[in-house]
Amino acid sequence: MNTEPLVSVRTLTKSFGHKVVLKRISLDIAEGEVVAMIGPSGSGKSTLLRCMNHLESPDSGCVLVGGAPVGYALKNGELHELSDRALSYQRRGIGMVFQSFNLFQHMTVLENIVEGPIGVLKQPRAEVYEHARHLLDVVGLADWADHYPSQLSGGQQQRIAIARALAMRPQVMLFDEPTSALDPELVGDVLEVMRTLAREGMTMIVVTHEIAFAREVCDRVVFMADGEIVEQGEPGKVLAAPQHERTREFLRRIL
Amino acid sequence: MSGSAGGKPCKPRQDGRGDRAANGRAAITVPDDAPIFSRRQPWTPVAAVACLAILAYIFWSLSQNPVIDQEVILEYLFKEVTLRGVAVTLYLTIVSMAVGLVGAVILAMMLLSSNWVLSGLARLYVWIFRGTPLLVQLIFWGYLGIFTPNLSLSLPFIGTLFSVPTAQIITPMIAAMLALSLNEAAYAAEIVRGGILSVPRGQVEAGRSVGMTQFRTFRRVVMPQALRVIIPPMGNQVISMLKATSLVSVIAGADLMTNMQRVYSQTYQIIPLLVVASLWYLFMVSILTIPQSWLERRYGQSTARSTPRRKVRRTVAANSRATGLVGEEK
Ligand SMILES: Nc1ncnc2c1ncn2[C@@H]1O[C@H](COP(=O)(O)OP(=O)(O)OP(=O)(O)O)[C@@H](O)[C@H]1O
Ligand SMILES: [Mg+2]
Repeated sequence: MNTEPLVSVRTLTKSFGHKVVLKRISLDIAEGEVVAMIGPSGSGKSTLLRCMNHLESPDSGCVLVGGAPVGYALKNGELHELSDRALSYQRRGIGMVFQSFNLFQHMTVLENIVEGPIGVLKQPRAEVYEHARHLLDVVGLADWADHYPSQLSGGQQQRIAIARALAMRPQVMLFDEPTSALDPELVGDVLEVMRTLAREGMTMIVVTHEIAFAREVCDRVVFMADGEIVEQGEPGKVLAAPQHERTREFLRRIL
Repeated sequence: MSGSAGGKPCKPRQDGRGDRAANGRAAITVPDDAPIFSRRQPWTPVAAVACLAILAYIFWSLSQNPVIDQEVILEYLFKEVTLRGVAVTLYLTIVSMAVGLVGAVILAMMLLSSNWVLSGLARLYVWIFRGTPLLVQLIFWGYLGIFTPNLSLSLPFIGTLFSVPTAQIITPMIAAMLALSLNEAAYAAEIVRGGILSVPRGQVEAGRSVGMTQFRTFRRVVMPQALRVIIPPMGNQVISMLKATSLVSVIAGADLMTNMQRVYSQTYQIIPLLVVASLWYLFMVSILTIPQSWLERRYGQSTARSTPRRKVRRTVAANSRATGLVGEEK
């Protein structure tokens, strides 16, 4: 077993204008670990997640995935931003699921899923289609392959979005509040898919407000506030007996 | 459901008269199968007939008018000079539109660029080419030789690479295409820009997150969705362009309108030849709207359709317990 963390955030700082959104964040995530990130609105959870696949570029510090800095090449101790092509290559290994699904509206469900593997990875079509249909089965939407996203419910769209990310066979999956745009009765199906994924050993970083999910599925809960990690640890400990007042206050409000 | 005899209203049931609701007000008894009559709109057919009558009168008086000589119209409708003009007009329209579109996409990307020099230059271009009359632009390109008798490319230290008389390169046809496509690019740039802006930012992020390069994201994700917004106004542009080609008569192009003008300046059959030209323009507009509706159907699919495109084919689920979601490779 290697003990290198799969994802390693190193003293990451990010500001928008004068507002410092991430303050020297450091965080290590091991392979196969499932981490829940919770915290009040505006605490920087999404920004941290987006830095992990370079949708945002940090002001200082970096994120390593699989030992390589995301979005940068290390040359003589300096980080140089990667070319568009190299960055795209790197992103193949990092799956992302968005709060608002962001399925390609002009493609059918199946086309959404195969677009990456065929168009980007240049994998053989037959194989990709077989894998895609298998993924559709896994997310429970095998009958919807030829529908367009606009014909699906939010919960169904989000499960397709998960399948689309999985089709790239990523090393790690990032989820940014995957269920918070959904009607309550649709949340369960999406969480069920994520539960399956966690069980199979996928490394997952999940920004969520679903405390029950964090408690039952995640290996670790990270509580963020004001751009800092206030406290982290096993869900049983952090959620049941938080050490910090801010955590207690937050949990009181959302539970 | 028992049917009442074809549309004849039933009489209310006599025995229903004495019914009273609990609150004391008289209850109305509506027969189960009471026929329904829509409100009459007696004036609509009258108006329609009146319009038809007026139209018929106009056509009749036109056909009686000696100025509109039907024989001349028929004679010139398929004459070589007309057909040549039609071909040139179509050619000018299609080429200028195509070149204009390419320019429009480039301009739109410049307009949306975060580099203010690029966006500023694009805005300047749009401002100039939309703000001056097309006629002026046509004349400018047509008489470019007056400003610069020779087109040459000179580089410092290397010297003149080539130099040719302007008139030799900028023929009336080239001048017409230049003017039309540069002008079209300015108008279409705004349409393309609007189309690109109509695609939500999340679509780009989703594309990038599955490893697409910027260009690929633009081509596979943004553009197909922007087209839905771009195509309808672009159809208008094509029609405007088709008719704008008639302006090239000022620089002696050889389009339909110029040819017709040339003929009637000698024969003085102005009205019949203008009718010939109009009939052809109408025909060409009708032809050019066919690809538009086809494209609209093609790119409107995702929202317009409510049934799946292909028959759903179920694959047999893998029997293995593990779903294989997590790849083995490292
Ligand atoms: N592109 C941006 N430009 C300017 N400010 C931004 C941008 N993105 C985020 N911010 C600001 O950064 C702060 C952190 O935002 P972020 O989206 O990371 O919070 P969050 O923890 O995900 O909150 P939420 O739970 O509401 O999603 C907020 O104050 C937000 O206003
Ligand atoms: Mg957020």
